[in-house]
Amino acid sequence: MAENLALPGVRRREWPKWLKLPVLIGFGIIGFWVLVCLSVDFWPIDNPIDMVARRLQPPSFDHWFGTDALGRDVLSRTLHGARFSLMMSCAVIIFAVLIGSTIGAIAGYVGGFVDGALMRLVDVTLSFPPILLAMAVTAALGPGLENAAVAMIIVWWPIYARLMRGQVLSVKSREHVEAAVAAGASHSRTLLKHILPLSWSPILINATMDFGQVVLLTASLSFIGLGASPPTPEWGSMISEGAIHFYQWWICAGPGIAILSVVLGFNFLGDGLRDLLDPRSK
Amino acid sequence: MTAPLLEVRDLGIAIGALDVVRGVDLSLGRGKTLGLVGESGCGKSITMLAIMGLLSEHVRVTGSIRLSGDELVGKPQSALAELRGKRMAMIFQDPMTSLNPVMTVGEQLGEAIAIHQPRMKRQARQARALDLLRLVAIPFPDRRLLQYPHELSGGMRQRVMIAIAMANDPELLIADEPTTALDVTVQAQIMELLQRLQAERHMGMLLISHDLGVVGDIADEVAIMYAGRICERGSVDAVFDSPHHPYTHGLLASLPQIDRTVGKLASIPGALPSLASRPQGCRFHPRCFHAQETCRREEPQLRPVASGAVAACHFAEIAVPSRKAEEVA
Repeated sequence: MAENLALPGVRRREWPKWLKLPVLIGFGIIGFWVLVCLSVDFWPIDNPIDMVARRLQPPSFDHWFGTDALGRDVLSRTLHGARFSLMMSCAVIIFAVLIGSTIGAIAGYVGGFVDGALMRLVDVTLSFPPILLAMAVTAALGPGLENAAVAMIIVWWPIYARLMRGQVLSVKSREHVEAAVAAGASHSRTLLKHILPLSWSPILINATMDFGQVVLLTASLSFIGLGASPPTPEWGSMISEGAIHFYQWWICAGPGIAILSVVLGFNFLGDGLRDLLDPRSK
Repeated sequence: MTAPLLEVRDLGIAIGALDVVRGVDLSLGRGKTLGLVGESGCGKSITMLAIMGLLSEHVRVTGSIRLSGDELVGKPQSALAELRGKRMAMIFQDPMTSLNPVMTVGEQLGEAIAIHQPRMKRQARQARALDLLRLVAIPFPDRRLLQYPHELSGGMRQRVMIAIAMANDPELLIADEPTTALDVTVQAQIMELLQRLQAERHMGMLLISHDLGVVGDIADEVAIMYAGRICERGSVDAVFDSPHHPYTHGLLASLPQIDRTVGKLASIPGALPSLASRPQGCRFHPRCFHAQETCRREEPQLRPVASGAVAACHFAEIAVPSRKAEEVA
């Protein structure tokens, strides 16, 4: 008799509501770049560091995006550059989320003096314009992609700390948390099993959106010479090199389009994730 | 004589300068049920939180709370966490919100067991969880283990809450208005279940409620709270049959009765005074039909009255007409 009941968990398959056209485009763009990162070594394109043709050639059949001031293939450099940008974003976002949400969760859960102290630290960090703070830190540590990553983690963690603190505060006051404490759960168990699983979705949405922002900031730092050092095919430094050659627009166009597409792709994905995870945003 | 299961002596709870609860004495024996009755805001829930040790450190708790002779006031949180869920368990008012929405019923039951029996094997825990669901008479218990709270009805969720509370065979079960959020038909089932479990396990149960009918049905003793103090306490029969405190009398008189047609339901005039503006003298005097000059000046203490209960009223013997006499009239 019970077998006739419609069992929960068995639902009819239908097109997910959050999977709209922009989200699909976002998936497409990011999927393309991830594929490029993984397989660009095997593509039939020129070596990004070698001088393969005459300098400052406009786009042609041999060199689709033209060549730069040293005669290197812009298309090849753009595609290879994806690796630096995306790996950088991954590293920065992962560390910023880990550090930020740990600190935010502790601040929100413990409260009182600890909360006040940690949140003032967050306020101080957030009061600097991000690019300025990143510049200052990279300048202090010395230029280089690793140092730029450290600088960006320092810039980014407070955002997640604040977000996570707010989430923990709101979930903490729910009754099931009190019920868990009444059942004898320890602090760590209460936080890890009854608060955090309900707190992470805005973090995930924000992280997806911030991926694009980190790509942008990486490029900015490289543009002013604080990120990747010259022969590295990094988008920001490529644009920086191309900017001198104002009439050879194609040198900047390749990496510029790449940055645009990555930022756009992650924003689309983030929007889709929000529709999926946050029932209030309609 | 061994110490009673729960003994509360002169319990005081204060938040800053505000006295929330003062001079509360309660006593509960093994296998007995104590009903704690009062209107919203009278301090019954905070009293229960104090017993569980769930109040924040900003709240000052004074007096003594003993669980089988073991003093709980002033015990460190880590020691209290050991007791919570193991020797004393609690059922919350609203089963809709007191289960974790992202854990299955089985995981939550398993967790309640694991907290106090960390070395129990996973399979043994699942078997125990299944037993617990059978104990609270949930249909298709094996299927429920894999379901999430939102897939269950309110009554079933409250059964799950009870199963979680029973996970470690507590000596004391505190039920904070366990049926307020449920349908009337389900209410009766849940109360029946609680009564059965209590009898089987010989638990002490502290039942907090503003439903006099429920308390009258299943409690052995009852304590009536008003504005942070106990105004009358005694066996259910004594208190309900011949209330000596005007407030108790008012509460009982305001119960609608199915066999009597009345034009207007009786009520107690006025409202519960706020925490900051509790009156001098007897806290009930502004709403009392029998208030005298003494009531405005002096706070009455609990003292034995003819019914065998204790009541805190200067005029306990004369203020309240016997209910029996009233019915005859």
